[in-house]
Amino acid sequence: MATQSKSVARPTARAKAGARAQGARRTVLLVATRKGAWLLHGDGARRAWRIDGPHFLGHIVNHLVLDPRDGRTLLAAAKTGHLGPTVFRSTDLGRTWTEAARPPAFEKRADGSGRSVDHTFWLTPAHGNEPDVWYAGTSPQGLFRSADGGVTWAPFSTINDDPQYLKWFGTVQDGTPDGPKLHSIIVDPRDPKHLYFGMSGGGVHESTDGGATFRTLIDGLEVVEGFPRDDPTAHDPHCIRMCPSSPDRLYQQNHCGIYRIDRPSNHWVRIGVRMPKKVGDIGFTMVVHPGDADTAWVLPMDGQTVWPRTSPDGKPAVYGTRNAGKTWQRLDAGLPREQAWWTVKRQAMCADAGDPVGLYFGTTGGELWASRDEGGRWKCIARGLPEIYAVESGELR
Amino acid sequence: MKVLIPSPLRSYTAERNWVEASGATLGDVLDDLDRQFPGIRFRMIDEQERMRRHIRFFVNGGQTFDLAQPLQPADELFIVQALSGG
Repeated sequence: MATQSKSVARPTARAKAGARAQGARRTVLLVATRKGAWLLHGDGARRAWRIDGPHFLGHIVNHLVLDPRDGRTLLAAAKTGHLGPTVFRSTDLGRTWTEAARPPAFEKRADGSGRSVDHTFWLTPAHGNEPDVWYAGTSPQGLFRSADGGVTWAPFSTINDDPQYLKWFGTVQDGTPDGPKLHSIIVDPRDPKHLYFGMSGGGVHESTDGGATFRTLIDGLEVVEGFPRDDPTAHDPHCIRMCPSSPDRLYQQNHCGIYRIDRPSNHWVRIGVRMPKKVGDIGFTMVVHPGDADTAWVLPMDGQTVWPRTSPDGKPAVYGTRNAGKTWQRLDAGLPREQAWWTVKRQAMCADAGDPVGLYFGTTGGELWASRDEGGRWKCIARGLPEIYAVESGELR
Repeated sequence: MKVLIPSPLRSYTAERNWVEASGATLGDVLDDLDRQFPGIRFRMIDEQERMRRHIRFFVNGGQTFDLAQPLQPADELFIVQALSGG
């Protein structure tokens, strides 16, 4: 195992000061599952959690997000096994929900070749200067935008119907088991026109003109053996995160390793090569520290042979770096020591804005785990939930 | 005509299982349902005018896959959720 120079736990004095500041915070965890959504309200110390739910029992909820611009508005991407996809909106923390008047949907094509949204997969609030703007990514791959807080949605940019992009999207058979996805929609906090997104499959893409045009950003990323690296179709970024404290730095958990990029470089560096060999650097999720761009976390899974996509050897662990990927440390205190064959999906791990930072992840087995000290110790705060698809944290106002 | 609404869609109809709708074709009736219960049509019919995979329509007991099928005011339309797994 690689080691690191910085300690995982923060200095005691800082932790105490952080705990005092945390006392004024109201952290909420937003848990989206295969059969509904739950909200967990934390006390000031993030020790006790009050669970609220289910919301939309029986709905497949792929993402539930709190708008950080108002600290009140929730958007939920939902569908059921029978019914088509939609988006629900709440402005009272889930006491009441209103369905979008026009959910994300592709343009109708008279020749019968048009695509249909199977589900909205990813929701991203736009720049702070655009208070009612949201972006959505769908399965199959599509990019949508709402300018009215999520009430009506329209196709965004030209990529949904661009012949080149249609080729890169591949077919339903080329994507993840429940459909190819557009995800990881990122807005640069310095510039609302600077956007990124990822596609599984289809690679990483960047716009600097507000979505009028996009260009690929795949240099340095590896692909499955035998496929050309310069073809976005072969690329499968699982989760991309921008560092809030240093927006020129992004981290990525890819189907083929863990990467970092420091802009303006266009080259991704595989930092996962420093992970322990017996664990590897395959996984779905990627989390960055809100205030320290050298710190990030992953939750590796078994990507060998037939790709079980479980925790390696049945021993789940978060791995953290505090030096931008030069070294990694295993963070498994409190987690099961054996026979825990979890998968944690790409949206199912997050950080809060506390100090020390709280980390959270949800498993395919319906367990929700939390750490109040940046991964130093883990505690299960909910179990028995349906398969967890996404976990987001938010600060209530 | 009388339309039977399946349980997953009754949140749109104030939990009513039978509602009244009118139209010369199945598509027209679904348009009328959407006027009365906004959003209900898209949950059944996608943006390319294709019936969603697990939604079925029966007119007077006979299944139809054609949104252009003519309907009469005395017909009964059953909207049914097909089995879709656990």
